[in-house]
Amino acid sequence: MATNEIAGKETTAASETGAAPNGSGVTASAAGSGGTSVSLRGLTRVFAQTRALDQMSLEIAPGELVALLGPSGCGKTTALRIVAGFEYADAGEVLIDGKDISGVPAAKRDMGMVFQSYSLFPNMNALDNVAFGLRMRKVAGSTRRKRAGELLEMVGLSAQAGQYPHQLSGGQQQRVALARALAIEPRVLLLDEPLSALDAKVRQQLREQIRSLQQRLGTTTLFVTHDQEEALSMSDRVGVMRAGRLEQVAEPAELYARPATAFVAEFVGTMNRLPAELGGGGTAVTVLGVTVPVQEGGPASGEVDVLVRPENLTVAVAEGGNGIVSGRTFLGAVTRVAVLLSGDTEVSIDVPSSTALAMSPGTAVRVGLPGTPVLVAPRQP
Amino acid sequence: MAALTHEAPAAAPETAPAMNRRRRALPVWRWVILLVAAVYFLLPLWGALRFSGISAFGSVISQDGFGSSLWLSVRLAIVTTAITLVLMVPTTVYVHLRLPKLRRVLDSITILPVVIPPVVLIIGVLQITKSTPALQESPYLLSLEYVILAMPFAYRAIDAGLRALDLKTLTEASSSLGAGWVVTLWRVILPNLTTALLSATVLTVALVLGEYTMATLDLTQTFPVWIVVNDQVSAQVSVASSLLALFVTWLVLMLITMLGTRQSRRRGGGEVTLFTAAAPQTIGN
Repeated sequence: MATNEIAGKETTAASETGAAPNGSGVTASAAGSGGTSVSLRGLTRVFAQTRALDQMSLEIAPGELVALLGPSGCGKTTALRIVAGFEYADAGEVLIDGKDISGVPAAKRDMGMVFQSYSLFPNMNALDNVAFGLRMRKVAGSTRRKRAGELLEMVGLSAQAGQYPHQLSGGQQQRVALARALAIEPRVLLLDEPLSALDAKVRQQLREQIRSLQQRLGTTTLFVTHDQEEALSMSDRVGVMRAGRLEQVAEPAELYARPATAFVAEFVGTMNRLPAELGGGGTAVTVLGVTVPVQEGGPASGEVDVLVRPENLTVAVAEGGNGIVSGRTFLGAVTRVAVLLSGDTEVSIDVPSSTALAMSPGTAVRVGLPGTPVLVAPRQP
Repeated sequence: MAALTHEAPAAAPETAPAMNRRRRALPVWRWVILLVAAVYFLLPLWGALRFSGISAFGSVISQDGFGSSLWLSVRLAIVTTAITLVLMVPTTVYVHLRLPKLRRVLDSITILPVVIPPVVLIIGVLQITKSTPALQESPYLLSLEYVILAMPFAYRAIDAGLRALDLKTLTEASSSLGAGWVVTLWRVILPNLTTALLSATVLTVALVLGEYTMATLDLTQTFPVWIVVNDQVSAQVSVASSLLALFVTWLVLMLITMLGTRQSRRRGGGEVTLFTAAAPQTIGN
């Protein structure tokens, strides 16, 4: 009930002040709003021969937005659908505020869900779509319409209240879907790739809008996406999934700077692989002529690749250097320079665009590595 | 390889005028086909009208059994449609949602009544209902038989309507908002199936109003049976009543179709035509 009141006040405040949905002033912290905690414990789901989920565990704090990121078929959607109640787990449990909800049907879970697309009821206008959940909760007609109106205002669609889904653009439809999911004051908000059917510009706007609304209302949110940029820019924490397991759960910056595994390193952002030799009992590695310490978590011996991000390599024009520029991609402030090293290894290096002017294809350069610890992975054939 | 890549763009401007030419040529053929079809369909009607004469229409209504047989046919149409929809809609929805693999099986099962001769069907029904004489004597026994006859058409109409919806997402959205099965069916699925339901209704009604074989075998004087029986009394009146029946049926179907189209247009759906349903709405930006 406390959540209801708070959410209600927030909405009224927003509509009274006519605040833009992405109004930056309000940042009700999750801690104060008494949000819901979610725990996934040892979830396993097997479809025929494939293990969609394999002992997956995740803790989501009240008011937190956690993204599940991974390639298609990694099990992220299955996890979300188990939380929603559309799918069951063969083993493991889902706890909401410490209570196991495995036996609770989807309709009684109080979870707001935004689907990829086509989820608005075509026979109802925007207002009735938003009011549907309230109607199911037997909220009186006038209160229902008022509240639905407020939510539409919150997503900036008051003028479209009377329009049917087919009259709305894709972005507008997803905003109505978001308002509809939030209208029931859900304990948990579930987002199933809600932006993937939209074009880049709309996606960007909606991304910010969802995040600011989520922070304002303090709704615990689980967000599934295969778009790393989306996951990194919107979430408190990101869980990278692979083959039904969570490889790493961390804050976006941490995930990018200190990936726990080679898979995470290469799935999030761009990563170079440089063949190297392990030395010092697996604690140091020699690459590009320098010996650098090795980050924990890699193999202890054998042939390895060193993983380095394009911005962590250095490059300078040098006669008789260790590589030759093979291409350039202008990206605005920086230019990504491709360098062919001896031994047929190609690496990408980000350099300020002004510096890159001197590095036309064919230029001899010297590629270097700073002395910070690096991540190594077993050599790829 | 180079030749191939060059050919591809060159081919495009060539086909455009060719298609235009074809499109311009099309109307002539369209008119020819339309004319042939019109002659084929309207000539017998005109012949019938000439044979019966206008005066026969007046005496149709006063004929013995006209009102009662027509009313029986209408009641049978209503009951048949009701049973068909109540049986077919939940079944088809359930199969779409939960047993999609069974769809092909259902496709073949529902086509059976078209393949099996009506005589076989009616003997089967009579055998089964032997133990319930009350049902066997009731004219509504025909309704049960008509439900089977109408199944191929009704199923296909409903199936097409469901295919055009993102049924799984709509159902899940509805249930995540707190709706149970009945509410989801009533408030979310059915309103988006109006086009398909109307198609199913139109087909079922048309079938019942025109069915003769089963009604005769069942010794029930429905309107089509009455027309044939009456034929022996007065051929003119019989032909006039056939024409009248045709016209009334056509009027009813037009009415249903028009009402349905208006309703579905308001919600962004398409025109109500038999076997077609609105294409899934596309998500634009």
